[in-house]
Amino acid sequence: MNLPNFPKPLARLVATLPSWPASRAFVAAGNLVAWPSLRELDWSHIAGRRFRVQVSDLGLNLYFSVHANGFRALRNGLADVTFTATAQDFARLALRLEDPDTLFFNRRLLIEGDTDLGLMVKNMLDAVELETAAAGMPVGMGRVVMKLRQLALH
Amino acid sequence: MPALLELICPAGSLPALKAAVDNGADGVYLGLKDNTNARNFSGLNFDAKSLAEGIRYAHGKKVKVLMALNTYPQPATLARWHQAVDTAATSGIDAIILADPGLMAYARKNHPNLRLHLSVQGSATSYEAVNFYRERFGIQRAVLPRVLSLPQVENVVKHTDVEIELFGFGGLCVMVEGRCLLSSYACGDSPNTFGACSPGHAVRWQQTPKGMETRLNGVLIDRYADNEKAGYPTLCKGRFDVQGETYYALEEPTSLNSMEMLPEMARLGIAAIKIEGRQRSPAYVAQVTQVWRAAIDAVKKDQAAFKPNPAWMAQLNKVSEGSMHTLGAYYRPWK
Repeated sequence: MNLPNFPKPLARLVATLPSWPASRAFVAAGNLVAWPSLRELDWSHIAGRRFRVQVSDLGLNLYFSVHANGFRALRNGLADVTFTATAQDFARLALRLEDPDTLFFNRRLLIEGDTDLGLMVKNMLDAVELETAAAGMPVGMGRVVMKLRQLALH
Repeated sequence: MPALLELICPAGSLPALKAAVDNGADGVYLGLKDNTNARNFSGLNFDAKSLAEGIRYAHGKKVKVLMALNTYPQPATLARWHQAVDTAATSGIDAIILADPGLMAYARKNHPNLRLHLSVQGSATSYEAVNFYRERFGIQRAVLPRVLSLPQVENVVKHTDVEIELFGFGGLCVMVEGRCLLSSYACGDSPNTFGACSPGHAVRWQQTPKGMETRLNGVLIDRYADNEKAGYPTLCKGRFDVQGETYYALEEPTSLNSMEMLPEMARLGIAAIKIEGRQRSPAYVAQVTQVWRAAIDAVKKDQAAFKPNPAWMAQLNKVSEGSMHTLGAYYRPWK
């Protein structure tokens, strides 16, 4: 089973959102869901570096940085490294269903700016065990994530 | 019983190692977080904690763990390589994969029971070279470079009692493995000492009106139109202007896939099949390991009837560089 594409009318709506509130919402969700399993990692080489996640099919740009206490939204629209992909491909990457190099070969993932920073983050996230990450998520969320992955695998 | 077609899979992280083990690898190979191995990319590889957990997990499921220490030590930092050999010996690693003769001598002298494999970076293509490493350092397995045809491999196998490991699948180097200077020429960093070809700090990708450009240390090495598949940002896979014509002047981005030669490899008594890709994600390792486990099991069951399943080939093409594959040098009429 494939994950569904983002519905077009909804995508058009999302594209109208300014990036600052969207970045803040993304960061709040990230701190709630993902940070518990990421806080153990050594972020010292990355603290303060500026990331931009560009969700191409939604026309959505998320700007944030990572610090010892979690993600922080950024307002000024500058980035050291930019990741560009569709919402579905980002979801498939997050659920570890897709290999980033494969997406890159197929031109579905683009990393612009500081490549080494992008590689480092990719490799650090790859080293996190999904089961452990799911266990650290708020009640119920982890189960939903693992279930989604199972559904997509079969 | 001698090893036959052991499936050796790559692990750049603990989840990748577990994916290899869970999907049927007989062995996994990994490296430490420094330039003692040839996949020295930021954020990749194992520290003391993940190494201990990886070995515990693999050994718990009777899977071997091999450590790649396949770069060439430099005088100022030799202690780092010696320490890495000591770490392998004391942590329960089943074999270390070496290229440098000096390091082999160190391992032999200080850890005589530690199994030594000759890395592809050692660039041994003849039985004379393989037997030299056997006599001097007691290596027990050699990984042959992807430059030999299968008849040439057979000639090596016939004249040595060293186990032979061949590449089965993954990224393909230009045909001077272990001796390539292209990355060094462009970035000043040699894979044999820095531990990475086209290190991240030298690579820049940029979407431009003309297409996606790949630059290595500022040098434009390729520009992809929107519908074109991309390859790794290495000089050997770039397109260059040669006398007014722009084309892949060295090699095309493609992956090696030698699956259809498995029956022949079984007949030759090839000890192990290596899957390339420690730089890749756990998703890749899981998919490729699963396919190759099924293929090797099928060959062992009935060599004569073996045919690569089209679904396996499609699965492998999907994760291939350039989304296509080649038999590389294994099948070629010229010598």
